[in-house]
Amino acid sequence: MTPSDAELVSADVLVVGAGPAGIAAAATIAESGRRVVLVDQSPTVGGQIWRHRHGSTPPAAARRWIARLQRSGTEVRCETTVVDLYASAESGLFSAVVERGTSAAVIHAPCVVLATGARERFLPFRGWTLPGVIGVGGAQALLKSGMSFAGKRVVIAGSGPLLLPVAAALVEDGARVQLVAEQADGRAVARFALGLWRRPATLAQAARYRAGFLGAPYRVGQWVTAARGAERLEEVTITDGRRERVLPCDTLCSAYGLVPNIQLARLLGCRVANGAAVVDARQETSVARVYAVGEASGIGGVELALVEGQIGALCAIGRDGEARRLHSDRASLAAIAAAMEQTFAPREELRAIATPDTIVCRCEDVTMGAIRAEWTMRQAKLYTRAGMGPCQGRVCGTALEFLHGWHADTGRTPAEPALVSTILADRSGSARPATPQGSAAHD
Amino acid sequence: MTTQPRADAIVVGAGIVGAACARALAREGMLVTVVESQFVGGGTTAAGMGHLVVMDDSPSQLALTALSVELWRDLRPSLGASVEFDPCGTLWIAEDASQLDAAREKARAYHAHGIACEIIGPSRLAELEPNLRGGLAGALLVREDAVIYPTSAARWLLDDARAHGATVRESCTVDEISDRAVRIGHEVLEADVIVNAAGPGSVHLTPGLPIVPRKGHLAITDRAPGFCRHQLVELGYLASAHVMTNESVAFNVQPRRTGQILIGSSRELVEWDASINRDVLRQMLDRAVQYMPALSRVPVLRTWTGFRPATPDKLPLIGRWGTIAGLFIAAGHEGLGITTSLGTARLIADLVAGRRPPIDATAFAPARVLTPSVVSH
Amino acid sequence: MSSPALVAIVVDGRELRVPAGTTVAAALLSAGIDTFRRSVTGEIRAPLCGMGVCYECRLTIDGVSHRRACLVLAVDGLSVSTTPAGAA
Repeated sequence: MTPSDAELVSADVLVVGAGPAGIAAAATIAESGRRVVLVDQSPTVGGQIWRHRHGSTPPAAARRWIARLQRSGTEVRCETTVVDLYASAESGLFSAVVERGTSAAVIHAPCVVLATGARERFLPFRGWTLPGVIGVGGAQALLKSGMSFAGKRVVIAGSGPLLLPVAAALVEDGARVQLVAEQADGRAVARFALGLWRRPATLAQAARYRAGFLGAPYRVGQWVTAARGAERLEEVTITDGRRERVLPCDTLCSAYGLVPNIQLARLLGCRVANGAAVVDARQETSVARVYAVGEASGIGGVELALVEGQIGALCAIGRDGEARRLHSDRASLAAIAAAMEQTFAPREELRAIATPDTIVCRCEDVTMGAIRAEWTMRQAKLYTRAGMGPCQGRVCGTALEFLHGWHADTGRTPAEPALVSTILADRSGSARPATPQGSAAHD
Repeated sequence: MTTQPRADAIVVGAGIVGAACARALAREGMLVTVVESQFVGGGTTAAGMGHLVVMDDSPSQLALTALSVELWRDLRPSLGASVEFDPCGTLWIAEDASQLDAAREKARAYHAHGIACEIIGPSRLAELEPNLRGGLAGALLVREDAVIYPTSAARWLLDDARAHGATVRESCTVDEISDRAVRIGHEVLEADVIVNAAGPGSVHLTPGLPIVPRKGHLAITDRAPGFCRHQLVELGYLASAHVMTNESVAFNVQPRRTGQILIGSSRELVEWDASINRDVLRQMLDRAVQYMPALSRVPVLRTWTGFRPATPDKLPLIGRWGTIAGLFIAAGHEGLGITTSLGTARLIADLVAGRRPPIDATAFAPARVLTPSVVSH
Repeated sequence: MSSPALVAIVVDGRELRVPAGTTVAAALLSAGIDTFRRSVTGEIRAPLCGMGVCYECRLTIDGVSHRRACLVLAVDGLSVSTTPAGAA
C-alpha cells in the first residue's frame, strides 16, 4: 500500500470506542447534525457489556441505543483500531491514525470523545498461562462472539458483580459451573448489597443472575491460588485463606476487577489520576476539546457510562444546560461505583499467590522472580523485557502496579501495535483533508 | 560523614561507558565507587542499538572502534546470556556504483587495519538478505561486527566491577565535580581519580565540554525471525552521522535475538526534547521501507528516543581534564558509545596508570577543546 | 428464531463450520483447538482476555500474521494458520 492509498477522513467529532458510553455520545452529537465518526476495534458495536451472540437478543437498553445510533447518521467504523492520536498545533485538529486489517486511514477532527472502556485486571498465579484459563469479562466476550461452553466444567474465581451475569450466561450455554468464588469478604459484599436498597431493580437483577446459576455454589472470601494441567487446564486450587481444596475443571474464568483504558488519553497528554482520565463536570479532560466518558474516566458500569456519554456529548456541542439535568443521576451512580471499587478491591493475599517462577509478562515470558520489587516499571522493562511485548504492558503492567505498587510507564506512539505502512499512511504534514461542508464545529 | 574507606576512583555515570571504565579500573586493583543519578544502563545506553561496529570516518575512529570490537570479541565467552551477543556482522549497503566505489575505499581502509571484510555483489547480497529490495549495487560485509543488548551489557560490566570490589550507588546525583572530589547534595566523596562518564549530561558537571545532545529515534517491531540476518546500514549513513545539521535519517536496521527488528536511525539537534517527532519517525521508517519493502507489513510495537552525546570533531573525549585535579573525561561518543566503551575503558585505565595505551590517544585528548576562554574559567 | 447461517473457514488445512457472527478465536475454541501460539519459552497459549488486549490469540489470518483472532469475524473462505508466519 502506498501512502496515496491512505484514506483521509474529516469529522466534527471523533468518538473512540463503541460501547455504551461511545454509542450514547456519538448518537447524541450526530443527532444535532454534526458529522461524527465512531471507531471500535471489535467487529460489532456494543463494547463488552452489550455484546450479543449472533441470533440472540441484546438487552432492551442496548437495542434502543444501537437503533438510535443507526438513525443518527454517525459513521461507524468497526474492526478499526486507533494506533495513534495527537493534536496538530498548526491546524488545531486532532489526528487519529487508524488501522483496519492492513489498511490505514487518518481521521481529523477538532474534538475527540474517548470512550475507550476498560480491560480486566489479571493477577498471575501458578498455571495461569494454561489454555483454559480466561478472564471473567473474557468468558463473556468469547461466549458472545460464538464460543460454546456446553459441557465444560467451569470455575469462576475473581472479583466484582460481573461474576454473576457471567456465571448465569455460561450456565445458560450449557456449562457445568462448579463454583463461583468472590475474593472479597462476605461482610464487605453484604454491606455493598445492603447499600443498594435504594436501587431495588439492581438487587432484583442480581437475584435473577444468581437464580441463573443456582446449581453452583457462590462463595465469598475465596480465591484461586493455582491452576494445573499437562497441556491445558485440568484442575484449580481454591483457598479461603485457611484451607485449600482442589477442583477438577477445564475452564477457569478469573480476573480481579476492571481498569480504565487510558492509553490514548495519556498519549494526548490528558491528566490521569487513580488510573483514570481526569475530567471536569462536563466530562472534559485537561486537554481542551478532548472528552472522556464511561469506564475511561473511572470504572462505573453501564448506566453511568450512558449518562456520562450523554453529558460529554451535550457539553461538546455547547448544550451544557441539558447536560446539567443528568448530573444528579451521574452523582448517584458514581457513588455506587465508588462503593463497588472499595468493596471488591483485590485483597492483600493476592499479592502473594504468584511464586518466583510464575510468569507475569506473558508476551515475553518474564517470571516474577526475575523482577525486583524495588525497581520501577521502566527498569523492569529494560532489565527483563516485561511490558515490551505486543500487549504493551496492558496485562503485566496492570498486574505489577498492584503487586509492587508501581506506576505505569509513560505511553508513546503507537498506542497499539501498528503496521509500518499504517504509520507511514499519515502524511498529515503534507496532505490536509478537505474542509467539511456545513460543519459548525469548525471556525 | 562517610565511614567507608576512601575510594581510589569515582566514576560518574553508570551507562555503558561508565560501567566499562569502572570495571577496567577495578580490575587494576583500584577501589572504585560508581555514582549514577538514575539506574544502571538507563540513559543513552538504554536507547542505543547495541551495534558493535568498526567505523572508519577517521583513522582515530577506526583505531578506537577496531580495538573495541576486538575487546568485545575477547570478552564474548564470559558475557552472560542476557547480553545477547550476536555475531551477525554488518552489511554496508551500496545503492549505486558510486556508493559501491565508496564501499571499496572503505574495504581498503579496513583491510589496512586488519579488519576482515569483503565486497559482495547484488546476487550474493540478495542471497544473504532476501528482504532487501532489488536493484542495489552490492555491499561491504564486515563479518566480525556484532550486536549486543546495551542495558544488559552495562549491568554485566558493573557486576564484574563489583566482583572486583566496586560499589555502585544508584538514584544518586552528582551536583559538582571539583579537585579530586564529587559533591552529592551535602555529601562529599574524595578520590584521586574522578571519571566523568555521564554521557550527554557530562557538560553539566564539566562546563566547557563541547558535547551536545543529538537526538535519535528508534522503532522495534514484533517478532519476524529471519527477516534480516545482519545489521544493515546504508553507506549514506556516513554522510548523515557526521554532519551537524538538523534532521537527517538513514537506513539502519538490526535483527534482535528475539526475532524483532530494530529500526533506526535519525539525528536531530533539538536540545532535550525527548518526545517522538512523528515527521522524523515517518522519514526514518520511509527510508527503511525503501530498502526493505516487506517491512511495510511488519507491526511496530514501540518507538523511543535517545540522546547521543555529540562533539564537533566527531571524536570522543577520553583523558585528563587539566583544569580540575584528578578529573578524567570519558564522554562524547555520539553513536559509538556501546562499541567504544571497552576501548575507552582501556585508554582510561592506561592513562590513569601512566601506561602507554595500545592506540594513540592524542586525538581523543579533552585538552584539544580547551580554548583560552575556557581555560581562564 | 432461525439458526444463523454457517460459514466455512480453514484452520491449519482443516475445515471448520461455524455460525456467522462467530469470531475466529471462538471458532477455534469451540472446535477444541487449544494451541493458538507458542510463547517465547515454548508454552502453548490460547486466548485469555477475549477482547483484543492480551494478544495471546495472535494467528496468521489470510496470510497476514500477528492478527488478533478474537477481533476477526469468521467469514466463508477465511484461512487461518496457528503457526504465526516465520515465528520461532
